[in-house]
Amino acid sequence: MRDTIFARSTPPGRSGVAIVRLSGPASWDAIHRLTGRTLPPARYMARRNIRYDGELIDQSVVVLFEEGRSFTGEQGAEIQLHGSEAVVRATLAALAQLGGLRPASAGDFTRRALENNRMTLSEVEGLSALLEAETDAQRRLAVGVAGGGLRIMVDRWRQSLVHLLASIEVSVDFADEEVPQAVDAALIGTLRETAANARIEADGVRDAGKIARGFEVAIVGAPNVGKSTLLNRLAGRDAALTSDIAGTTRDIVEVRMEIAGQLVTLLDTAGIREAADTVERLGVDRARTRAEAADLRVFLGQVPVGVEVQCGDLAVRAKADLLSTAEGLAVSGTTGQGISDLLEAIGQELSGRVAQASLAITSRQSAALSAAAEALDRAADMLETDVDSPELAAEDIRSAIQALDVLVGRISPEEVLGEIFAQFCIGK
Amino acid sequence: MKHDSFDVIVIGGGHAGTEAASASARMGARTALVTLRRDDLGVMSCNPAIGGLGKGHIVREVDAFDGVMGRAADAAGIQFRLLNRKKGPAVRGPRAQCDRALYRSAVARLVESIPGLSVIEGEVVDLMEDAGRIVGVRLADGSSMPARAVVLTSGTFLRGVIHIGEVSYGGGRMGANAVNHLADRVRSMGLTMGRLKTGTPPRLDGRTIDWSSLEKQPGDDDPSFFSSLTSELAAEQVSCGIAHTNPRTHEIIASNLGRSAMYAGRIEGTGPRYCPSIEDKVTRFAGKESHQVFLEPEGLDTPTVYPNGISTSLPEEVQYQYVRSMRGLEDVDILRPGYAIEYDYVDPRALRRTLELRDQPGLFLAGQINGTTGYEEAAGQGLVAGLNAAASALDRDAVRFDRKSSYIGVMIDDLTTSGVTEPYRMFTSRAEYRLSLRADNADQRLTPMGEALGVVSDTRRTLFHQRMEAVAGVQRELSQISLSARSLADVGLRIAPQGKPRTALDALSLPGGTVDALISLVPELGQMDAKALEQVANDALYAHYLRRQERDVSRLAQDEALRIPDDLDFAAIDGLSNELRAKLEATRPETIGQAGRIDGMTPAALTLILAWMRRREKLSA
Repeated sequence: MRDTIFARSTPPGRSGVAIVRLSGPASWDAIHRLTGRTLPPARYMARRNIRYDGELIDQSVVVLFEEGRSFTGEQGAEIQLHGSEAVVRATLAALAQLGGLRPASAGDFTRRALENNRMTLSEVEGLSALLEAETDAQRRLAVGVAGGGLRIMVDRWRQSLVHLLASIEVSVDFADEEVPQAVDAALIGTLRETAANARIEADGVRDAGKIARGFEVAIVGAPNVGKSTLLNRLAGRDAALTSDIAGTTRDIVEVRMEIAGQLVTLLDTAGIREAADTVERLGVDRARTRAEAADLRVFLGQVPVGVEVQCGDLAVRAKADLLSTAEGLAVSGTTGQGISDLLEAIGQELSGRVAQASLAITSRQSAALSAAAEALDRAADMLETDVDSPELAAEDIRSAIQALDVLVGRISPEEVLGEIFAQFCIGK
Repeated sequence: MKHDSFDVIVIGGGHAGTEAASASARMGARTALVTLRRDDLGVMSCNPAIGGLGKGHIVREVDAFDGVMGRAADAAGIQFRLLNRKKGPAVRGPRAQCDRALYRSAVARLVESIPGLSVIEGEVVDLMEDAGRIVGVRLADGSSMPARAVVLTSGTFLRGVIHIGEVSYGGGRMGANAVNHLADRVRSMGLTMGRLKTGTPPRLDGRTIDWSSLEKQPGDDDPSFFSSLTSELAAEQVSCGIAHTNPRTHEIIASNLGRSAMYAGRIEGTGPRYCPSIEDKVTRFAGKESHQVFLEPEGLDTPTVYPNGISTSLPEEVQYQYVRSMRGLEDVDILRPGYAIEYDYVDPRALRRTLELRDQPGLFLAGQINGTTGYEEAAGQGLVAGLNAAASALDRDAVRFDRKSSYIGVMIDDLTTSGVTEPYRMFTSRAEYRLSLRADNADQRLTPMGEALGVVSDTRRTLFHQRMEAVAGVQRELSQISLSARSLADVGLRIAPQGKPRTALDALSLPGGTVDALISLVPELGQMDAKALEQVANDALYAHYLRRQERDVSRLAQDEALRIPDDLDFAAIDGLSNELRAKLEATRPETIGQAGRIDGMTPAALTLILAWMRRREKLSA
């Protein structure tokens, strides 16, 4: 049976509406699982909330298409989202996590439409240019990711895996010759290490929860420094109760918003001080814990006692409208002064972290890396428990290499044979 | 002289030719095998062994169609060994040392017993052509033989040149003439040709070997035969000896490199990396102080011994020196010096997957002419060419082999898709579905296809169905036996003892789930048909892996179903890179699946080809 693919079909970047398209036999089931509600009739638009892990990602419109009545000719679906980068990415990550679906490769949808004969002559004739563009985009993606860093790394892993596969295959295909038969600990170590590295890269993106939740940014400061006013200003609405009375915010107020394409939960915490009031003290304790656990802290005014400043945290001077000098970041929740600078600073910091967290940028790449990691671990398990089944370990290593091929290109059996003949003296 | 009219003519009586002629005749085509000398049917011109890893698999596959090679090797086997016996069943390869004379007579007997197959002595000097189609052959005596299809299996005979040290002369193998007329004819077809080389070691006189000082390698106690029709040994069994080269040997070779035909640059052909000459070994792996040399007896009634591992193109006196530098061979005599042979081959990308030349309908090529090496590879291609030449002659559907159901399919696809850069030899690592392409299930994979074609005998059909029933019976019985997890863990299966009970069939898929472990729990299993039980266990062992491959397999099947029209003009497709366009034109893939395996192919380019196919359909609709 054909697998089910998905991809964003509108251009990346901010837009009014973004469309994610699914094609394949599991499309409807995926919509059902994302929305948790009954499916609308085919070809009727319906409003549905897209959730992942209980978390609301977006209020969307979904449309289902029956087999034979979709663009590709297969069962299909479309999810129309709000055109925010964060929402689209969260939705794609959630789809990848469902299992049984895979992110589409360049040209996959077109390919299916062609196979099922769903395109008119003029559409077919217009394809050349389109495909050239797709190939080009794919190439840029492959080489351009973080300056080709991922590609270089994956290439290295792949080289070492081909080398390793050769040393296993030589014991299989040249059993009657003087070749090393033993599988050593170093070989298994390399498998484990490569698996772990691939997993780290994959997880950077694949952690759908992370993308769905986004980053937590805590506003921290002494009481009555203007944290809640800042939050309301950042959020563009009155989310937190503000007053002149210090200690007004006792629980944590959360506001979800998007900053520079990243989904962010802003936390307004209780002002940190030695509180007399039991209720306020509880609030202060929680504020400290949450603030420390957050991905980023924005310190408003003095850094209060008991909260550690972590790398990348931002210090902002408060009540800028009342300050005479303007150096560093200074904001005023009341007048809005400095707000856009602060947003930019937060955005920069978070984007930097996304880039650092993983070099893998697409869900397709990340899916490939996870598959490779899984296969390599299986191979290592097999070699540890059963030395007489090199063909099984080889199978898994081969499928890991194939998965990595998605990122850097293809391997042929000739490559493994070449490695064998270079490494070992073969031939009776 | 006038010959009877034939449907199919096979040129050449080697491993490809005999298999092709036999397959064609079994298909019901009136078939003639034309060979220079009737006595040369089934000659083993290189080492006296059949099978091995990947190769043994092919022999079993040929046997599944009632081919010749498996039965002949069983009849001539003087030492049987199952390689990788300790490893998993997918990578076990049967191999046999054969008595050359017995092998030749077995092949002759089998070939001559096939109704509708005539063996004719003669030299084919030309091919007859009519309206672009090959319609027969012309012999050196001036006679002509019309036919509806021709299979050419000329081996190394096309412009063959033999090199021994500084001496070289034309010849197909020692003592036979190269077929130069035919070579000229093939050259004139405008095909892309190349040159390959292969080497042989000096043949030793076994009576002058000091066997007592050498390590012996006996065969298996329990021989694994090639043919499912064979049940017992036919010939006396012998051991091989193992000798070793030493630093002195290497020194002799190194100091005479300049006199080696290959090293002196007199050979232009490319040799196989997996079968290097001793000159190559000494040069490329200079750090290795010793190489094994297997001393393989060529037969029961001949003193000739084939020293496997020291093929060479050094002059004869140097061969004497280095052979005699080895322990046990101090006084050895050389019966025939080793030599290198260069020959022409046709770029196999010019072939359809039926092994018919795309631009020369009616002419099929099989064996070394397609750039392969090895008896087994030749036999596998002979089968494919023979079946298809007959199918073409009898206006029946083409017979296709694919990668997921046979090593033969892997080989045909590799050759026609990627061509060759060195003599092509089968390895199990070439088969991406090797866990399901096992030697033990070759009949299960392919005999039904042979039955549908009508090429298998009643005896085989009956035996095959009995065997399949036995396998099904074992499966049924095992699935009805329930075993507790604890008892399974107790006999060595790696599962949690608290787990749910399993059927005996499922238990075979668990780590440590061997037949022996189960028999220790349920002694009655020991009474079951052992072969059937083993096969069920082998299937179970790989079940998890095979399930994981299912998606790949189905994707492959879909891609293979998308047939590219023969006359699709790749040059006209906008948006293809020049490099890919050139490769597509050289290979002319028959399906989208095959196109996808061309080196450097991209998904976008495949989509483009598909788009072009659809466009044509729409324009012509």
